[in-house]
Amino acid sequence: MSGTTPKIRLRDLKKSFGGKVVLNGVDLDVAAGHSMVILGGSGSGKSVTIKSILGLIPPDSGTIEIDGRDVLAMGRQEREELNDRIGMLFQNAALFDSLPVWENVCFKLLAQKRITRARARDKAAEVLAQVGLDGSVGDLSPGELSGGMQKRVGLARAIAAQPDIIFFDEPTTGLDPIMGAVIDGLIVDCVKRLGATAVSITHDMASARRIGDTAAMIHKGRIVWTGPAATLGDTGNAMVDQFARGEREGPIGMELRK
Amino acid sequence: MQHLLTFLAALGRAVLGLCRDAGTIALFAIEGVSHLVRPPFYPRLIGRAFVEIAYFSLPVVSLTAVFTGMVLALQSYSGFSRFGAESAVANVVVLSITRELGPVLAGLMVAGRIGAAFAAEIGTMRVTDQIDALTTLSTNPMKYLVAPRLLAGALAMPLLVVVADILGVMGGWLIGTAKLGFASASYINATIDFIQPMDVISGLVKAAVFGFLVALMGCYHGYHSKGGAQGVGAATTAAVVSSSILILALDYVLTEMFFSR
Repeated sequence: MSGTTPKIRLRDLKKSFGGKVVLNGVDLDVAAGHSMVILGGSGSGKSVTIKSILGLIPPDSGTIEIDGRDVLAMGRQEREELNDRIGMLFQNAALFDSLPVWENVCFKLLAQKRITRARARDKAAEVLAQVGLDGSVGDLSPGELSGGMQKRVGLARAIAAQPDIIFFDEPTTGLDPIMGAVIDGLIVDCVKRLGATAVSITHDMASARRIGDTAAMIHKGRIVWTGPAATLGDTGNAMVDQFARGEREGPIGMELRK
Repeated sequence: MQHLLTFLAALGRAVLGLCRDAGTIALFAIEGVSHLVRPPFYPRLIGRAFVEIAYFSLPVVSLTAVFTGMVLALQSYSGFSRFGAESAVANVVVLSITRELGPVLAGLMVAGRIGAAFAAEIGTMRVTDQIDALTTLSTNPMKYLVAPRLLAGALAMPLLVVVADILGVMGGWLIGTAKLGFASASYINATIDFIQPMDVISGLVKAAVFGFLVALMGCYHGYHSKGGAQGVGAATTAAVVSSSILILALDYVLTEMFFSR
């Protein structure tokens, strides 16, 4: 059973804000140990999908299962225990301004008292080294870091507690192409080292091919295609290929003009 | 008739909105307070908020208290001299400062300083996903951000008001002795003889309530802010305005409770 049960399973997930339908029956399976990339245009429902899985936004209907367990039926305690196994890299890193980098990195470990404050500095230096940052960065405040360094610190914070599921929200947005490739490389390394299941959302095709084993395209609140990330741009699905190539003409553009 | 119905509909919407907001704020406060009695606790954050409120508000509250005491002495002297009651100046100053002006003015100063700071900080955390990040890091944002500030507000304000009481009375004494011709010893004796423990205690209870309110409104408006920088600005304004109005309204209610006969 466990061999066939997806790590994450979404079924008929729906969410509206006011009268605007954002998720209109999302079905998605993410296999354990795989890296899934969710593609889609702005406002297509990518972020809401991830936030629903994380418990930040309650969906209107549908089911979310992690390891076969219905997440939406969990009590607060059970949900918090599940969150212990999850890491998240936010689009803008979302580092805590009021804390130095080392406390940001070890925040979850300190909050759960899995580590003392004295030990946390060394642990932070250790994790920062895994994302290519010097330990001395630990004493800086997030405001003193460049965008790329903030992303790396955000990645360090996401992996510090060794989660078995990691979410990445547009990890390369706002970075130059080289730094984007560096972050992608770090993400692939970290996910492999931890043996984690990864779900990323992006509209950066190069990034999607680098970090994804599989890809899914979301359009108007529905998953319209799922397949190997390596085939992006040549999937045979007109909508996905138009999106991957960034072409003006195609089914997505035609629908927009209606 | 149509105009009347439109007016009544608008009035009804406003009243319902007010009731909804009051309910939401009450639930927010109850949840925040409930986290104070459930582990894990964050003594470091309580201490940090306490220092921010008590220590860093000390200069502005002190200056306000001193000048208020000075003005009060001057005004009451000029008024009472019409009735030959100049000797009551010390009594009026100490009573006004301890019962009303100390807690109310300190509350308003702290509302401007701390209410705005809490709303801006938590509001910025909201619009930059830092509050969502707390949740993904297995930390309840209400427990981490709100509960420590509520407790610190309720504990720090009485201390500030003790200082405001002393400095306000000193301001009155300074003007009384330096400008109005009172003997220092008689002014001090009149002050000490007249003041009752309940005058000070009522002021300190008010201070604790106002401190809690300021922290609550700052946290509430910051926590629910949205829409980027403009939203954070609006939350900051709302925090200061709502806590100021609530301080003045609750001051009346608490005065009724303590002193009505």
